[in-house]
Amino acid sequence: MNSRHSLAAAHIGVAVAAFGVASAMGVLQALSIADVNFPYRSESLYYISVTAHGVLMALVFTTFFIMGLGYALAQESLGRIIGRRLAWIAFVMGLVGSVGAAVTILRGQSSVLYTFYPPMKAHPLFYIGATLLIVASWIWGGVMIASYRSWRREHPGEPVALSIHGMLATIILWYLATAGLAVEVLGMLIPWSLGVVGKIDPELARSFFWWFGHPLVYFWLMPAYVLWYTVLPRVAGGKLFSDPLGRMVFILFVVLSVPVGFHHQFADPGISAHWKLVHTVTTYAVLYPSFVTAFTIIASLEVAGRMKGARGLFNWIGKLPWRDPFFSSVALAMIAFIFGGFGGAINAAYAMNSMVHNTAWIQGHFHVTLGTTVALTFMGATYWLLPRLLGRELRLLSVARIQPYLWFIGVALFSASYHIAGLRGLPRRVYSASLTGEYGASWHGLTRVAALGAVVLFLSALCFVTVVVSTWIGGKKIQPPAFEFAAPLRPATTLGVWDRYGLWTVVAVLLVAVAYGYPLLHLAAHPRYGSPPFQPF
Amino acid sequence: MHVELYERIWMWAAGGLLLLFLGAIFLTVGLQAIQPPSHIETVDPTTLATDPEFGKPGVTTRADGSVVVSVVAQTFSFSPDPIEVPANRPVTFRLTSADVIHGFEVVGTNANAMAIPGYVSQFTVTFKEPGEYLIGCNEYCGTLHHNMVGKLIVKKETP
Repeated sequence: MNSRHSLAAAHIGVAVAAFGVASAMGVLQALSIADVNFPYRSESLYYISVTAHGVLMALVFTTFFIMGLGYALAQESLGRIIGRRLAWIAFVMGLVGSVGAAVTILRGQSSVLYTFYPPMKAHPLFYIGATLLIVASWIWGGVMIASYRSWRREHPGEPVALSIHGMLATIILWYLATAGLAVEVLGMLIPWSLGVVGKIDPELARSFFWWFGHPLVYFWLMPAYVLWYTVLPRVAGGKLFSDPLGRMVFILFVVLSVPVGFHHQFADPGISAHWKLVHTVTTYAVLYPSFVTAFTIIASLEVAGRMKGARGLFNWIGKLPWRDPFFSSVALAMIAFIFGGFGGAINAAYAMNSMVHNTAWIQGHFHVTLGTTVALTFMGATYWLLPRLLGRELRLLSVARIQPYLWFIGVALFSASYHIAGLRGLPRRVYSASLTGEYGASWHGLTRVAALGAVVLFLSALCFVTVVVSTWIGGKKIQPPAFEFAAPLRPATTLGVWDRYGLWTVVAVLLVAVAYGYPLLHLAAHPRYGSPPFQPF
Repeated sequence: MHVELYERIWMWAAGGLLLLFLGAIFLTVGLQAIQPPSHIETVDPTTLATDPEFGKPGVTTRADGSVVVSVVAQTFSFSPDPIEVPANRPVTFRLTSADVIHGFEVVGTNANAMAIPGYVSQFTVTFKEPGEYLIGCNEYCGTLHHNMVGKLIVKKETP
């Protein structure tokens, strides 16, 4: 092992393990919805698998991967990790918390899904375990910021690497987002699950959850963008088209991605239509940095193709390294995001949301976004990181080459079917889609195709985990390759307005205060009765 | 900040596209008063059985001819079930939950709202097509969530 990177490697290892278990849970669900009878199939197992899949994928895999990536970048781009011992303590804390929560899920004591809406009550260890993971991520953020400040003292007036800029923006966003979660979990759920408080207000808890829940997707997406901006153009053999616009994009995410949560609550009572409209506007605004990213990244790839001698309008595409597993993963992830982005614009469309809210459309949607744009980028990045972190050559390269394409085929079958089934009204998260009458018939075929897609996705996940494990234990020892980042066409030489983290944090906090302050106070002013706990699982 | 010409054009176009999306939404809000169910009213979920309205959930016709349906969702059914309403008349649903969070989705229509304990969801829909509709719970509510279905019968208006 490359000892400077043992911290990063440990985090990536946990992420891959969580991903492997979660993938198995995923295929069980899709088979169950399609009414494929397999041994031990039952309602309880189905809802356990939905919860385990959501928690392990959305919270454990992503958070551990992002923490690992952050440490690797700090080590390479800043030349240091300040507080390494504390970082190891946080690693153990996050791991213990994740395992604790996972055990209560797999024992069937916490089938509350990853959204854990009260008044459905999980085992107290579920909430406490999740809290430990979040606290670990806060410590990670502190270590990253301390490392940056130490670097900054030695390099006054010099722009920091774009990769670090992106990670710092991610961390600011994460603190803002998890503030809402902390209020919900520490202030409401834990005391209530322990019986200290008798009742809980489900709508208030939901609102705090979605204060966290939507920026959570940007917490996943921004590190993926860091890889797109700073690694992808280099792997493709080109240069980054625009460095300053990249800096702007990350700051726009910090400012815009928290005050948007009501677009998950369009169908909720207790929030006025006007404030839902305000969150609709901010939701569309946060699409903007992704549009800018689309141009910058594709332009960077065109630069790469032309540097390799491409001439015509489109033949630069053929010059790109489609056989490189990192490149193909990210390129396919970007194609998926075209569908994910426009699907998201439909979900956010205020009134149109009624047609898709809580239908199978939604699981179709987030498997092209989180499940492919983010997850496939992270898988590709793992192939890129492993030799650098472990000092071992990637094994089973041919499997790694096929794996991203397999994933893309799987998700195409899976998500297209669920998008259509959702438009036909299939509710989300059902053990079996064979409900009565004509509806069952109009859904059944689609859920079968989705199940086939899920099997392909699972095979792809198996390929990924096999490559990682085999490299980790048996890869040929080599001198770790250098971390090479994309050079911008025009490097930034001075600090600009997008480097002012303090200023943008203040702007973001003010926007959150406006977007949530009034509606939550308004809600709190009504007589509220609260709910006792229920465990209908 | 230096921005290439093509990129500048793209950025303006992307901004324009988003304004177009938002413009379409604001038009429907302004001209057709379309909005998601956003009623603000609270009710004690622990005493629903004795509540004058939700103690006896059902369909009532007001003096002006409009129809009100009070619905209670609980694990794992809706009451009343079935719900019978006339076609081509505004039907106002008032919905709450007696236990955990549920969803109320009339499949094939845009009637889709959350049933949250302690709160009353309210929304008005006009069903044009007579027939039988499936009502599904679309928020996970426990082990038999997928069995939580109801029936809506839309009857042809008798003159």
